[in-house]
Amino acid sequence: MERFDAIVVGAGPAGSAAALTLARKGFSTLLVERGRSPGVKGMFGGRIYSWALHDLLPDWAKDCPVERYVVHENMAFLAEDTALTISFDSPKLGEGRSASFTALRAKFDSWLAKKAQEAGAVLVTGIRVDGLWQEDGRIRGVLVAPNDRVAADVVVIAEGATSVLTRSAGLKADLEPREVSVGVKETIELPAEAIQERFGLGDKEGAAFVFAGQASLGLRGGGFLYTNQSTISLGLVVSSEDLAREKVEIQEVQTRFRMHPAVQRWIRGGKVTEYSAHLVPELGAGMMPRLWGDGVLVAGDAAGFLINNGYTFRGVDLAIASGIAAGEAVEAARAAGGPRAANLQVYEKFLRSRNVLPDLERFRRAPLYMKNERLFDVYPRMLLEIAERLYTVDGSGKERLADIVLREAGAAEVPKWKLLLDLLQGARSM
Amino acid sequence: MSPADSNARPLRILVCIKQVPKAQELQVDPVTQTLKRVGVPSEINPPDANALEIALTLKDRHAAEVVVLSMGPTSFDESLERAVAMGADRAVLLTDRLLGGSDTVPTAYALSETIQKIGGYDLILTGEETTDASTGHVGPGIAGHLDLPQITYVSEVRIVDGTVRARRTAEDGTEWWQTAMPSLCTVNFGCNKPRSPTLTGKIRVKRGGVIAHWSCADVGIDPKKVGLLNSPTIVAKVDTIRLPPRAGHIFSGEPKETVRALLEALIRDRVIAP
Repeated sequence: MERFDAIVVGAGPAGSAAALTLARKGFSTLLVERGRSPGVKGMFGGRIYSWALHDLLPDWAKDCPVERYVVHENMAFLAEDTALTISFDSPKLGEGRSASFTALRAKFDSWLAKKAQEAGAVLVTGIRVDGLWQEDGRIRGVLVAPNDRVAADVVVIAEGATSVLTRSAGLKADLEPREVSVGVKETIELPAEAIQERFGLGDKEGAAFVFAGQASLGLRGGGFLYTNQSTISLGLVVSSEDLAREKVEIQEVQTRFRMHPAVQRWIRGGKVTEYSAHLVPELGAGMMPRLWGDGVLVAGDAAGFLINNGYTFRGVDLAIASGIAAGEAVEAARAAGGPRAANLQVYEKFLRSRNVLPDLERFRRAPLYMKNERLFDVYPRMLLEIAERLYTVDGSGKERLADIVLREAGAAEVPKWKLLLDLLQGARSM
Repeated sequence: MSPADSNARPLRILVCIKQVPKAQELQVDPVTQTLKRVGVPSEINPPDANALEIALTLKDRHAAEVVVLSMGPTSFDESLERAVAMGADRAVLLTDRLLGGSDTVPTAYALSETIQKIGGYDLILTGEETTDASTGHVGPGIAGHLDLPQITYVSEVRIVDGTVRARRTAEDGTEWWQTAMPSLCTVNFGCNKPRSPTLTGKIRVKRGGVIAHWSCADVGIDPKKVGLLNSPTIVAKVDTIRLPPRAGHIFSGEPKETVRALLEALIRDRVIAP
């Protein structure tokens, strides 16, 4: 039988970061991916915050398949056919540890998996691991078929949001609709010159948008747009609970979003070449599984390491950082006598020092705040009514700003105390 | 005593495979009238994959070593790796520029020489024919060179009391044949469902050392008997079958009306009976 010191399931950002870290530390490491090549099964919005990559590969920028560095941040509130957009531009956004960039998963994941291979990990693709080899209450390896098992001292589960193994290892209960959102994304082809001209970008510069309000038809969730080299990633993340309750298909929400004039102006003339959809873990620190067990660790989306605080969507950076932490934990556990649960508990310490848990806990309130439906429906509409009145000059007499705001707040039929409370809650969670 | 019973050594089963352009992707170059092979996805010749599945099934039941053999450029490694990932123990690729342009006569000769160099074989399996040339010559050719009993067009092979029993597809039914070992069987296309590669198999491929590359000199193949010049077959002319143009009539409207109009048209044109 084949055996390794460590098996990592899933060659996404978390898995490849874990395999790379383990291989560097001298562990014989197997990295198993179900897609024909890393990234083909992966899905994300389109942006990666680079800080964790700095820690894993200080020279990452040399050959990382970056589409564009984001230097132009936007937040847009949409009503039926109007939009209010707040923009922030800074060339500094694309520099140093705080740089973020747009990427395509097929290229990025393959690149990162190659780094893991260069460090000595054995990458096997096209194999779906849907079972753990468990004996005497501990994990002994992975099980693909009754006569196809591979042994290891420790298994790092980095299988993504559906978390089949995590559940079969008893580390997590079955997913509830309220715990997951549905993410959809269209890739829209446009010439690089058109993208640069439309968004006012330089050669390697990129723009990012988050959309609130009518983007998700008032359901809890939001939209995003990222510019790649010669494509645009346009998509939505919407509460699966709301979709089910309102009996709306996500494709319909996406189509209406795409047709909104404030979206159309950016993508006009583009050709939709890809459509993808995936589960998104939504409750952050609130839905984390047990992160370690006897001979097992969980990293990345499978562990629920995702932050959506309304203005940033983060997943890949936390996945990479958790992969590094998993590798460090396995090493520390070996020094302590082996990867038993008691020794792997040190994973939590590394997740803290790698800034995964602190950030998740800091934004723990965000998902709860996000549960407030007024944020997705009433307030964006209010904002846009105010903006419309502010900018409409038709000779019929102009009101003062304060009067407009007060009247709109009254028209929205939200008690003033609730408005204040929402404001306070929002500020705290962001 | 046969090898299967003696436990002295495991059975050695050789499977001859060829890498061919994927059937769905087959294209004929309109100018040269030959199959396009460059830039087209490849696969194990499907009947060969059925032969490999029979070998692996025998390996599941008996102590057996499965060795896969092919002749061609090093790009054939892709298929040999797949064969090992499916469960074959190792593979041999006979690869040499001298072999370029060989038709089925030199191919059967070169493969039989390679099989003799591998040695110790009990059963040789090949596909009934390849999907890219469809001659069906090579299997029987090898049996001829090695002077082995052969059973062609088989869909099932059993090893009983040190003999091979094979179910052969005949025109009017099936026949069961029995022969001593070593022997050769050519396997029917589609007679089984070839298994998927396993994780263990893929790891073995990644660890390396499972495919040996042999040249003509390594095997002792006579250069004067192989290659284009020593191939008696001459492709004089190839005609591409051109499909007749379609009527191209599109029916549209309400589904019920559309289906009715389509049915009426099909009946009118005597495509279907009323």
